[in-house]
Amino acid sequence: MTDRKLGALMFAPAVLFILLLIGAPFVLAVLYAFSDVRIGSTGFHFVGLENFRSILQSPSFRQALQNSIVFTIGAETIVIVCSNILSIALEKPFLGRGFVRFLILLPWVAPVSLGTIGWKWILDSIYSVITWVLVALHFYKPYGAPMWLGEPHLAMASVILVHCWRLIPFSTVIMLAGRSAIPKEIPEAASIDGAGFWRTLFQINIPMMTPIISIAVLFGIIFTFTDMTVVFILTAGGPFDSTQTLPSLAFATGVQGSDLAAGAAISLFLVPVLVAVAYMMLRVAHRAEVV
Amino acid sequence: MAVVETRHLTKVFKQGELGAVNDVNLATHEGEFLVFLGPSGSGKTTLLRMIAGLETPTSGEILIGGQVVNQLSPRERRIAMVFQSYALYPHLSVYNNISFPLKAQKVPKHLHRQKVEWAAGLLGIGKLLDRKPRELSGGERQRVALARAIVREPAVFLLDEPLSNLDAKLRASAREELEQFHKSIGTTTIYVTHDQVEAMAMGDRIVVLHQGVVRQIGTPKEVYEDPADTFVATFLGSPPMNLLQFSDLIVGFRPESFLPVDLLPAGKHATFRYKINYVEYLGAERVLYGAIEGGKFESKEIVSRLSWTMPAGYDAGAVHDFAVAESDLRFFDRKTEKRTHPQTYPWQ
Repeated sequence: MTDRKLGALMFAPAVLFILLLIGAPFVLAVLYAFSDVRIGSTGFHFVGLENFRSILQSPSFRQALQNSIVFTIGAETIVIVCSNILSIALEKPFLGRGFVRFLILLPWVAPVSLGTIGWKWILDSIYSVITWVLVALHFYKPYGAPMWLGEPHLAMASVILVHCWRLIPFSTVIMLAGRSAIPKEIPEAASIDGAGFWRTLFQINIPMMTPIISIAVLFGIIFTFTDMTVVFILTAGGPFDSTQTLPSLAFATGVQGSDLAAGAAISLFLVPVLVAVAYMMLRVAHRAEVV
Repeated sequence: MAVVETRHLTKVFKQGELGAVNDVNLATHEGEFLVFLGPSGSGKTTLLRMIAGLETPTSGEILIGGQVVNQLSPRERRIAMVFQSYALYPHLSVYNNISFPLKAQKVPKHLHRQKVEWAAGLLGIGKLLDRKPRELSGGERQRVALARAIVREPAVFLLDEPLSNLDAKLRASAREELEQFHKSIGTTTIYVTHDQVEAMAMGDRIVVLHQGVVRQIGTPKEVYEDPADTFVATFLGSPPMNLLQFSDLIVGFRPESFLPVDLLPAGKHATFRYKINYVEYLGAERVLYGAIEGGKFESKEIVSRLSWTMPAGYDAGAVHDFAVAESDLRFFDRKTEKRTHPQTYPWQ
């Protein structure tokens, strides 16, 4: 076998994987978005931009788009700040650091669905331990405590925080790698030059970590913008669509509501954001290689 | 300007193990260029880092300008340090690298440009201010690191092997520039190196360290000509001092003192029959490797260094009478390896 053939053979599984599991569904989604396909329908009629027109007029879609933006920006901001703090705390050796690192990594290695179901109980309207503690400490009267998943703003905050809980470990690991890649002498030189903790952090460490922080942010945006597990399990988009995001709306419309065409059209709205993020990731990766 | 002093300074990294720095007592003079010289692992960098405040001493005191600074952070010690890797901030331009200490020390903003330009001018890097460190050569980076160090006019300069990343040719010129630079600013400077040539050429005094212990403090001439022990005798000088053991003594002499007997001026000599095994021709000098023939020191290996001005004929295989002036002999105790008083001895 020539090298060329062997190379093609070795490369084939990856190509097949991408074509069958990503390429084909994507092409199908584009086709469906311009059609009137429903679950169970046998025909395929081209309807042009009709699906997009009706989606753009739907208040649910506009709410979901707005929620997706709030969810992504809110969660990413919290994740980046917290993972930065954690990476600083976990950088220097201390007794039990290995164990603490293991604990922090747990939310990421546990299955999303299981973790989220756990949170669903923690935030439950009747059985919530948080509510129980707050009542026991007399912050609220019994039955007077907030409904974490039942009030629009609290529900959104809960969804964001649970998603952060899941994403912070991943981001922390990336940040730790970035931080340990800074030569030890550089913060030392800064301390001799007279810089204190904050100046060293904001003028030396964080700028030097920019490429790796960008990677963490871009991955985080993809994970958050396309995530529907947390929303679907915690609130299923409720109450009153207040936590509905684009992926969960696409699922609710296309699969649960049988309107495949509309679901496909909604999911296509994710594409421009994801393409922009992918382009930026490639640029950052390219720049990191050159430096 | 200030004097740096250490009192019983000790650093032990792991309890129960030998300290990296052990009971070091030394004091610089005002405006002096003091060199810490030692092989790798001798504790010279740890000692410097403790003075800088980057490492906490296990015990002992550090004084800068008469004040105990053990509890002070690096920035409160008014020192400047140049690292072996230069530790320039890679994301900042040369200008911002040099002005960083000014910003960090809250020097009024309108003075920044003037001070940066003064420091850059002193080091001849005025045209590089807009560049990033990665766009500079090794020599230029070193100058930026020096400019960053002097810009806020520190009380003490600490330099950690700043020339070791330069190629041999550049190193010689950088060494000379550094000496000029020290003369012009006159700040007390502590310089760490493992290169004895650098130490000899630049130091007002040299502190020779080995296994965290100060073996000798003295001027280059003192440590070279009157080594305190056999370690200093063999660490300084290339090739090192010849050492011969007999009874409870070790006698040492420099290769350049071991010369053909007829070339030595009149006086008391220790004479040996010397068989040359091979010769290294180094241009300005020849290094002879050979062994003593006959007598008490039969077949002891000895190195001799002859200037190019010496007559020819000292080739491999030849046997000649070589001798050392007795005033050039150094005696060490065999047990302690420390210097001991001169003795006369029937050499043959």
